[in-house]
Amino acid sequence: MTGPGDIAYDVAHLLGGAMLLVGFVMLGQRRIGALIAALAAQGVLLALAAFWQGHVQAAPQLYLTGLIALLAKGIAIPLVLHRLAGELPPPLRTEAPGRMGAGLVLGVGLVGLAMLVVVPATTGAGALARVDLSMALSILLLGALMMVTRRSALAHVAGLLTIENGLILAAVGVAGMPLVVELSAGGLVLVVALIAGVFARQMRERFASLDPGVLDRHRGEGR
Amino acid sequence: MLTLLGLGLLALAVLAGLGAAGLGRRLVPLGAAAVAAVLGAVAMATLALGPVEEAALALGPPWGPALVALDALSAWFLLVLAVVALPAALFAAATGPSSRAEAAAFPLFLAAMVLVLLAADAFTLLLGFEAMSLASWALVAARHPSGRGRRAARLYFGFAAFSGLCLIAGFALLSAPGMGFSEMRAAPPEGWRGTLALVLILLGAGSKAGLLPFHLWLPLAHPAAATPVSALMSGAMVKIALYVLVRALFDLAGAAQPGWWGAPLVVLGAATALWGAIRANVETDIKAILACSTLENVGLITLALGLALVFRGADLAPLAALALSAALLHALVHAGFKGLLFLVAGAVAEQAGSRDPDRLGGLIHRMPWVAGLAMLGAASAAALPPFSGFASEWLVLQALIQSWRVAELPVQLLSAAALVTAGMALALAAAAMLRFVGLVFLGRPRTPRAAGALDVTGLMRAALVVAGAVCAALALLAAPALGLAGGIVTGLLGEGAAPPIAGLDLMLGEAGARYAPWAVTALLAGLALALWYGLHRKGAPEPRRSPAWDCGFLPPPPDLPFGDPLTQPSAAGAAQPIRRALGGLALAQREAHHPAAPGSATPARLRVEARDHGFVALLWPLGRLRRLAGHQAERLRGLPLSAYLALALGTLVLLLALLAWGAVA
Repeated sequence: MTGPGDIAYDVAHLLGGAMLLVGFVMLGQRRIGALIAALAAQGVLLALAAFWQGHVQAAPQLYLTGLIALLAKGIAIPLVLHRLAGELPPPLRTEAPGRMGAGLVLGVGLVGLAMLVVVPATTGAGALARVDLSMALSILLLGALMMVTRRSALAHVAGLLTIENGLILAAVGVAGMPLVVELSAGGLVLVVALIAGVFARQMRERFASLDPGVLDRHRGEGR
Repeated sequence: MLTLLGLGLLALAVLAGLGAAGLGRRLVPLGAAAVAAVLGAVAMATLALGPVEEAALALGPPWGPALVALDALSAWFLLVLAVVALPAALFAAATGPSSRAEAAAFPLFLAAMVLVLLAADAFTLLLGFEAMSLASWALVAARHPSGRGRRAARLYFGFAAFSGLCLIAGFALLSAPGMGFSEMRAAPPEGWRGTLALVLILLGAGSKAGLLPFHLWLPLAHPAAATPVSALMSGAMVKIALYVLVRALFDLAGAAQPGWWGAPLVVLGAATALWGAIRANVETDIKAILACSTLENVGLITLALGLALVFRGADLAPLAALALSAALLHALVHAGFKGLLFLVAGAVAEQAGSRDPDRLGGLIHRMPWVAGLAMLGAASAAALPPFSGFASEWLVLQALIQSWRVAELPVQLLSAAALVTAGMALALAAAAMLRFVGLVFLGRPRTPRAAGALDVTGLMRAALVVAGAVCAALALLAAPALGLAGGIVTGLLGEGAAPPIAGLDLMLGEAGARYAPWAVTALLAGLALALWYGLHRKGAPEPRRSPAWDCGFLPPPPDLPFGDPLTQPSAAGAAQPIRRALGGLALAQREAHHPAAPGSATPARLRVEARDHGFVALLWPLGRLRRLAGHQAERLRGLPLSAYLALALGTLVLLLALLAWGAVA
């Protein structure tokens, strides 16, 4: 139905690509504050993508999805995370140096893998859905990679939210996805983010650190 | 026909429900016996009238209906199953199940075996096969909440799981074109795919049938079950595994496979036959003797199947027909006599209270019915003419002797070696049967319990008589029975092939060797009559007792009413010559001699420990490997959080890469 040169395709492509780019920004960002700002930007971009898809597909429920994304991911969660990060002592607001370049190279590899998987697997679908899906899968993998490479619990939360952003992007890109799926996925992530926030706060108070590695000594298995 | 069989399966399911509810202690086995009789009738009718076409059931896996069919091959093995199941179920009705689990699992076991035979697609076949393994494991485990029997059940479960996994993988390779048998036949596997399928199917079906080196569970698990279940496992379940082997290698893999496919079957079959025969001579539990003899017979059948594959690859259709007929006939005949022998062993254990030959003996005086039927079964198992085992084993040997007609030298050498091995196995099997009958039924009772045993009556006698009648009928009617298998031979080997029969005789070609069961029976009966007549007419009118050397076996002195126990050989003593000469082939053994202290009146003792080589060479290294893997897996628990996340991401990436690779390829 659409392809390069068509405005519906181009804008969707632009928004998805921008989200992917922000994902790379987050992957390479050492400072927690900037990381949270990037997360907020990704949330806003997701909301815009949802609005655009609602417009293109003439599906009013996608406006609701976009609104939720804007309020929760663009504003509320970044604000909370920002306050958490603000309570940290300054040395803990940056990640330890090292391994960033390797992480970025790995991220490029994952994006290539996502293209290789999605493009042959969706031969029957429209070009818009195919590109959308491959970008969503790339964002999801980048989020997972961020959870693996970063040491700070707040960065883990950001990675988890990136994964969820990828999922929602995939969901809004496919015509006819029921609203209830998006709502429940959004609600689930909200709960997870809440728990993660509480957990990170507790951790900082108990151990004065946000590195989950300090927990390894407290698993009670007598290592 | 299929409707009738479906009703039979339903009836078995209902019986299983009744058994699980604890109702109908007699009714459940009797119902199973009735179903078994129907199965036998349906099988005979199908063999005589022609195969039943494939039908799709209304239920099945998500991707399509389950397919069932009854062709000649299925019907033949259905007959094999019925031959064991009918007397076994009657025997079960006589003894009654020991628990509700056992009562429920017995009909399910039967139903699962029927399902394997009826299946016309890979999924249904594997479903039935796994259900059969599970039900038979439950039947062994239900009797033994702990101890040695439970360990045997666990070992059996391990081997059954291994066999199921191999079969699933093998059928996955075969069913690349589709799950239905007709689709598989249309596109047989080639090249490495075919070879891998052969290896996997041989491992899967072979470990269920007890082929070397996966035989370890069989002599432990078969005797541990209740008698009717032992009979079914030994007589029918191993045949179901062989059916899967025949179905996959002869039918589904197509007729164009190379002749060397038969070589591993010949080697494994000959080795298993010899191994089982040696172990049957050494065991000291009568049911274990019979289970080891099952190994020997499974080996012979597999040997004949391998020969048939070799001959088919060399385009020698008549010889392939000979070898395949030998395998099919021996499968049927073995079901007949092994069922009978297991029921005899069960009757002895029931009436004389033990399965240890050292606590039995002289039962021929107290249990003439059981002893007579045992001798019939043992003579069949020992392949004495004119009893039933002779015809099929004669065919196996003839097929081996004829294998010089294959031009390749390796085949000739292999079959010559197999001939020697098979001949040795047959002689050793006869020796094992002689030892079995001699220790249990002849001589003098070794315990008061054995001296007071009563003969079987009622339903138990009926079960034994039915099994004996089948055994005797197969002895005389071997050729007509084999005639029923004509459809299988032409179906698997082409139009030119036919079973080697002529009327009531077995015959190899016009000028070849010939075995006429009727004539041999009449001749032997005439000789026996003449001998009896001559002894009565010309011999002394009254029996006279006179002292004889008699191998030191003296009449009982007045102070020892059962005789001096030391004048009778024990089970271990009777086994000793063969164990010392040949036991080392199959068993790792250690003898410790404990002489009496000087001046002491206690006897010297010889302590023998024997263990199958398989335990040392296969099972213990596997156990060590498992412990090692367990220790390595334990290290996973100590990983930090980021490593867990990396594991999850790595798995995801690996799966995606697999997907991308599959899409590119």
